[in-house]
Amino acid sequence: MLDTPIVHFDNVVKKFGSFTAVEKADFQIARGEFLAIMGSSGCGKTTTLRMLAGLEDPTEGNILLDGEKINGKPTWERDTPMVWQSLALFPFLTVQENVEFSLKMRKVPKGQRRERARKWLDRLGILEFADRNISQLSGGQRQRVALARSLVTEPKILLLDEPLSALDAHLKVRMQSVLSGLQKDLGITFVYVTHSMSEAFSMADRVVIMSRGKIEQIGTPEEIYREPRNRFVADFLGSSNVFDGSLKSSGNEVWQIETEHSSFTLKAPSEVQKTDGSPVAFAVSSENMSLAAIGTPWAGNSIEATVVGGEFAGASATVFLETDQGQELKVQKGHDELKTVDIRAGQKLLVHWLPEHCHVLPGE
Amino acid sequence: MTGNRNPLINGLLKLHITLCLIFIFAPIAGSFVFSLNSDRFPSLPLGSFSTEWYRLIWEDPLVWAGFFNTLLVGACVAAIATLLGFGGAYTDFRYKFFGKPVYLALALLPPTIPVVIMGLAMLAFLSRVSLSGNVISVIIAHGVMCSPFAMAIIRLRLSQMDPDLEAAAWNLGGNEWVTMRHVIIPFTKPAIYAALFITMAVSFDEFAVAWFVSGLNETLPVKVLGFLQGQVSPRINAIGSLAFVSSISFIVIAQLLMRNPESKPS
Repeated sequence: MLDTPIVHFDNVVKKFGSFTAVEKADFQIARGEFLAIMGSSGCGKTTTLRMLAGLEDPTEGNILLDGEKINGKPTWERDTPMVWQSLALFPFLTVQENVEFSLKMRKVPKGQRRERARKWLDRLGILEFADRNISQLSGGQRQRVALARSLVTEPKILLLDEPLSALDAHLKVRMQSVLSGLQKDLGITFVYVTHSMSEAFSMADRVVIMSRGKIEQIGTPEEIYREPRNRFVADFLGSSNVFDGSLKSSGNEVWQIETEHSSFTLKAPSEVQKTDGSPVAFAVSSENMSLAAIGTPWAGNSIEATVVGGEFAGASATVFLETDQGQELKVQKGHDELKTVDIRAGQKLLVHWLPEHCHVLPGE
Repeated sequence: MTGNRNPLINGLLKLHITLCLIFIFAPIAGSFVFSLNSDRFPSLPLGSFSTEWYRLIWEDPLVWAGFFNTLLVGACVAAIATLLGFGGAYTDFRYKFFGKPVYLALALLPPTIPVVIMGLAMLAFLSRVSLSGNVISVIIAHGVMCSPFAMAIIRLRLSQMDPDLEAAAWNLGGNEWVTMRHVIIPFTKPAIYAALFITMAVSFDEFAVAWFVSGLNETLPVKVLGFLQGQVSPRINAIGSLAFVSSISFIVIAQLLMRNPESKPS
């Protein structure tokens, strides 16, 4: 029993009329895992979560919770509490009554209800507000009430729909550590829907990236970051430069790729097989690119590009360049490294990187 | 509020409001003053102060019968119209369906029909099904006229509700009926009370339709017309003042309920 995944999406499709919101979602969620589902708005991430909660019914396929098929089972018969983006706290009830709500629905006797609610309020550090009205609480306090209300039944799984989006940046970071701490202590499964990469990548064990109803990639944050599966993921992460070309020669050690710019050398990927002449796309992380003055001798890959702008916020700077062929490039470097090059707009520079920093996108 | 406003516009707006209030309340105030005047005809200068006309209506059993009819009709209409209005408003809140704009238009239509036409139509229909000429007919007719008001009030309240609230209650283990009891009704409670009082006030004051369908079971406004047709009596002023005080009380109570502090959207 413990080996079965807590959740199994078995080829789940959701259509609203002729619009396909979720296309063949097929994945499993392990017990005790923190899974983030990430994508821009309208990508189907919330619909996926709502199907798990029982607020939408899949059009095709099955959803298994703890090995049991739950399609068609109404949400009030599942134990899949959700933390809502709007929080959806009951404004006519006190904090304590809000937290007691699901126990009341399960006909837990009054004394026990009170005790269990207070235990959770205490655990989340808001016991002193038990008798307040919701309208008297701050955003962060409301967040904690919403968490306590969902956790009071001690469910096996907790669903979170962009719960931090209404908080300011400072509180967001604090609540992130509260959430991941809570998840580790409780050992229950969290399914967390977000459009924010920093939230997903800092908290989750695994991340699902969705776009237009399709799952683009599932993996640990590190896997996704180092080895984006396709152009969408590489672009979505926003820190990679993607080049298109065709395979000129594939040796055991290195591949030569012919692009519109010039020929580039890659370390041969072990997991991708391609025949000579077939199209290849590869990504180079903006952190792995360096800048130098034109004419600097360089043994690896290099390309000439013109500076179009820069962002100098925080610990590192991002320089935006454009090649003669019109492709945009991003280079992210520490301020110290940039001191040696002239990065005024209009300046031509040499962008260079090592063959081992090229990642072939296997899904392209 | 009036921080940067042109003083001329400001003054004109104040004048406008004052004039409106005078036009609305001067006749009512006049009727109230004359109801306490000893003269038989409402003319100036005033005679002496007198509660004679109040004593007369107090002693008139027909006025009492009319008053009790009005009260009975009002209470029943408030209950029925609020129930129907709640159903209509919740349907609009909860469901999306083909032809919803038509449904809403039809449900909110009755107050736009001229009352004389409404009264005639009600009389024609109710007599066909043998329900005319008694208290029930007035209740039915007023129920139809008042439910749109109840629906509008409750719909306004529901529109202030976080649309996720109901689903959140389902998600926390409450089925649809339990959620109705524990979430929808508590949230709309101020509007439900307001609807009860407003529909009661509307029914209390309604004359034309009641005149058509009431037969011998006259409500107070119908009775007043009866007085007027027989003779000009200052008793009308007395009844009018009392009726106004009752109606305005209902409306004020409804207003107070609707601005319940805990129901403010957070």
